[in-house]
Amino acid sequence: MPLLKVENLSVRYGSIRAVTDISFSIEQGEILTLIGANGAGKTTTLRAVSGMLKPTGSVHFNGHNITGTRPDILLRQGLVHCPEGRGIFSNMTVLENLELGTFTRHDNEQIHHDMQSMFTLFPRIKERLKQNAGTLSGGEQQMLAIARALLARPKLLLLDEPSLGLAPQLVQTIFKIIREINEQGVTILLVEQNAHMALQVAHHAVVLETGSIAMTGPASELAKSDAVRKAYLGC
Amino acid sequence: MPSALDATTNAQLRRPNLPLITLPWLACALLGLAMLMLGRFLGSYQETLMQQVGIFAIAAVSLNIVNGLAGQFSMGHAGFMAVGAYVAAATTYYGSLLHFNTAELQPGLFNFGHVLMLIGLLAGALVAAALGYLVGLPSLRLRGDYLAIVTLGFGEIVRVLLQQTSPQVNGKDPAEIAAFTDAPLRTLARIPLNGALGFEGVPAYATNLWIWTFVGITCLAAYRIKESSSGRAFLSIREDEIAARAMGINLTKYKVRAFVLAAFFAGIAGGLLAHAGVTTSPIDAGFQRSFEIIIVVVLGGLGSISGAVLAAIVFVLLPQVLHPIKDYRLVIFALLLISMMLLRPKGLFGVREIWNILPRRAAHTKPGATP
Repeated sequence: MPLLKVENLSVRYGSIRAVTDISFSIEQGEILTLIGANGAGKTTTLRAVSGMLKPTGSVHFNGHNITGTRPDILLRQGLVHCPEGRGIFSNMTVLENLELGTFTRHDNEQIHHDMQSMFTLFPRIKERLKQNAGTLSGGEQQMLAIARALLARPKLLLLDEPSLGLAPQLVQTIFKIIREINEQGVTILLVEQNAHMALQVAHHAVVLETGSIAMTGPASELAKSDAVRKAYLGC
Repeated sequence: MPSALDATTNAQLRRPNLPLITLPWLACALLGLAMLMLGRFLGSYQETLMQQVGIFAIAAVSLNIVNGLAGQFSMGHAGFMAVGAYVAAATTYYGSLLHFNTAELQPGLFNFGHVLMLIGLLAGALVAAALGYLVGLPSLRLRGDYLAIVTLGFGEIVRVLLQQTSPQVNGKDPAEIAAFTDAPLRTLARIPLNGALGFEGVPAYATNLWIWTFVGITCLAAYRIKESSSGRAFLSIREDEIAARAMGINLTKYKVRAFVLAAFFAGIAGGLLAHAGVTTSPIDAGFQRSFEIIIVVVLGGLGSISGAVLAAIVFVLLPQVLHPIKDYRLVIFALLLISMMLLRPKGLFGVREIWNILPRRAAHTKPGATP
């Protein structure tokens, strides 16, 4: 049984169709990436899955129908959305940001343990706990956003453009971390414009074009396919 | 090695002890007590000023919950205050007529009149909180300016409705009192709140002791709210709604909760005002009063409780201090507000509290002192 199963999902903003009739599924423990150009509907799909938008069609998570369920309920079930543009609370300290990641949890011992493991995964964050999150660099903010999402103990992590606006070297670091998180057992749905990196790290990929699925398959195969190379990899 | 690493992070992770948590509360109660003792030395003018400061402080601290912490711009706070004021005024006034057969102030430190006032305060606060729930609901769909207009409209609706109420029972006319005590419910069904003239003759039980005790209670409650998980949720909604939702915060629940809590304490402030020896009139629900409270909150710093109290003191006392320069005082007052906004755009304290700032200042100056 797949961990997430999306069937015939459509989302419209008023009369404009942003996403039309897309279906895909993610198996436990894998990374699936949604790639595509600007306006292809990647973020919309992600928001529809996490309950921030009301879609038609159906979304099943862990065997339950979660179509249109509120994000705060989904988070408690283990579906955590790390929003686009990092969405950190810039006027709060780094520590306060992390604590908000544990907002729905009450297992203090385990939270403490998880915090420690975040510091191992992101040593830079530990150095800046008392600093306002807005004063962090772009890469650090992205790491904070990921750490904060991980503190909610996701079974499935939705990552929206984690490489957005980062220097190439930091992009490498972030993707290395994404792989590490995945190896620790977190299933990941990754939305990316950086198709090159996304196809390297993901197991499966879905290519979106103007709101519908253009191609789908194992990431390594898509990376070799001529159509994808021309359209998204520029070679 | 790992244990040393853990020790430092543990120290950073540990929550600071709730700093001086009872101090503001104690300070306020002591201030009230001192004023009770010094009442005969202070003129009634100073006493009235201190009452106003206290009531403004409660109003500002309560507005701060919704405007400051949760970032939902409410411009109808005076409406909640007026609702609390009228419910409390009516409770004490008509309760006194029934129980004492007169609305005169009953002598003594604590008697049934005070009980009536407390019942009235609670009832007013609860009614205001219920209205806060209703006003809070649209805040889910409305943002910024639009929410401000809705809440502004709420205050105006309260004001207009209060103007339509029927004349109150004259507490100086034995015949009217007798008619009222014979059939109290029939009279009350007419909603005798005295319309546009304003509700008069409520016995002034709310001395500075009472008012400042409530300032203390309100500040303590607000502080606990700010430091609670609700407070964190409020602040995160103010910062970024999408990120807050992504962190599992139920926007509906917390936005409405902020409105309800703010309205509750606004109701208390209004109830105290009604018992401070002034006429409670529909104008008190109007936008002018709402703006005054907003000014105090912005002046103190959105999110700062001690800032709101300090700003309330400044806001009430400054025009009095500037009194000698007559007509120009409002000009000076406005100029002071403008320069304040230019020099400290985040208000006196920003989101922090006075006790968070003072030690930080001390820590900053220390290395400079020993070069």
